[in-house]
Amino acid sequence: MTEILVGTKKGLFALEGEPGEPFEITARAFAGEPVEAALRDRRSGRALAGMTSPFYGPKILLADDPAGEWEQAEGLALPDGQDRTLQRVWVITAGDGDDTLYAGCDPGCLFTSRDGGATWALDEALWEHNVRESWKPGGGGLCLHSIVPWPGDPRRLTVAVSAAGVWHTDDDGASWRRGNAGIAPRYLPDDAPTDDVPLCVHRLDRAALQPERMFMQFHGGVYRSDDAGASWTGIGEGLPSDFGFPIVLDPADPDSAYVIPLAADMDRVTPDGRVRVYETRDAGTTWAARGDGLPGEHAYLTVLRRAFDTRGAGSQLELYFGATSGDLFGSADAGATWFEVARRLPPIYSVTVS
Amino acid sequence: MAVVCLRGQLKTLAGGQGEHRLEGATVLALLRALEAEQAALAGWILDERGAIRPHLNVFVNGAQSEGAAAVAPDDRIDLIPAISGGA
Repeated sequence: MTEILVGTKKGLFALEGEPGEPFEITARAFAGEPVEAALRDRRSGRALAGMTSPFYGPKILLADDPAGEWEQAEGLALPDGQDRTLQRVWVITAGDGDDTLYAGCDPGCLFTSRDGGATWALDEALWEHNVRESWKPGGGGLCLHSIVPWPGDPRRLTVAVSAAGVWHTDDDGASWRRGNAGIAPRYLPDDAPTDDVPLCVHRLDRAALQPERMFMQFHGGVYRSDDAGASWTGIGEGLPSDFGFPIVLDPADPDSAYVIPLAADMDRVTPDGRVRVYETRDAGTTWAARGDGLPGEHAYLTVLRRAFDTRGAGSQLELYFGATSGDLFGSADAGATWFEVARRLPPIYSVTVS
Repeated sequence: MAVVCLRGQLKTLAGGQGEHRLEGATVLALLRALEAEQAALAGWILDERGAIRPHLNVFVNGAQSEGAAAVAPDDRIDLIPAISGGA
């Protein structure tokens, strides 16, 4: 049985089903409220949700059962003496430690929990960079949207911020350094200064079996790093468009990545009215379209950065993505064929699978 | 004491209690007192800067008001989500 937590503009939906068949909606929580982030923590079994009420502000909530009672976490606030307030929870990610969780938020901040999500504390070192360097937001806000642990080393972590680029820590968040060499933002003049430019990373992930290898979907450009995110090489050639939001990997194959191209920065829908996922199995040298079972005409969908997730690995890799149209699609065979998981949900912000 | 009236989600968080009699010289002081008295409401009405969240409207005796407004002991304060907040 696969469980999918779907964060939408109008609440969190939990769906359960067998891959290849329509899923059943088993719970809806936070009716009417935007939910951008969710996670079923496989260690504790608890579900977490990042809910941002337009009236009451951002919260993280926890529940054993998404259909049951949710408890509000504590500590999710910016420090005193700031003129900014917390705007949104973009992503919740399990860390490499036993009870460690991370939350990426707007405005460009990282929170850490050491107790399974009950209490949270701001990573002050990264926040100092934000304040001192006056990070600039992308179109979706100053969002910290990707949090990538290093398997086997809980002190190493990479995060990505739109539009403050890639940041690495080797000391559990005590200090941070940039990792943006080679990224070429086409939305800036060629002679723009190379440091301190707004870098609109859309999503980032790391190959589980080869942690030095990372893949990035940028705001115009798909990139790979082979040196733990210190430098990046463009691998977007062969795609119908190198603009898009999400990127996911097959944990069993360090040469794999999946993207969902959108037509262009100024036309953020699936190209030519066809919904297709593109897969590489040679680290970005070539890309192959995977659209068997996906809408093939008159389908102009937008898939947001956190709305694509995986379960399993190798030939058993399951892939799931949702669109702002409310359509949710899945594959039970690593993208070879696709099926409709659900339709007519509210606009989908995030998809997390367990 | 002035009375702060809650509805909807805020009332639910306050254990279903819709009316709260509180001491305070201003709207903001009353709302601080309310969040202190009702722990589940902390951070829902006031942000971490202590300001009233932008899409929450405050009414004093039926007239739209603001945090700095003075309140009298018999005043009634309504907290109502703004129509600008949801889409």
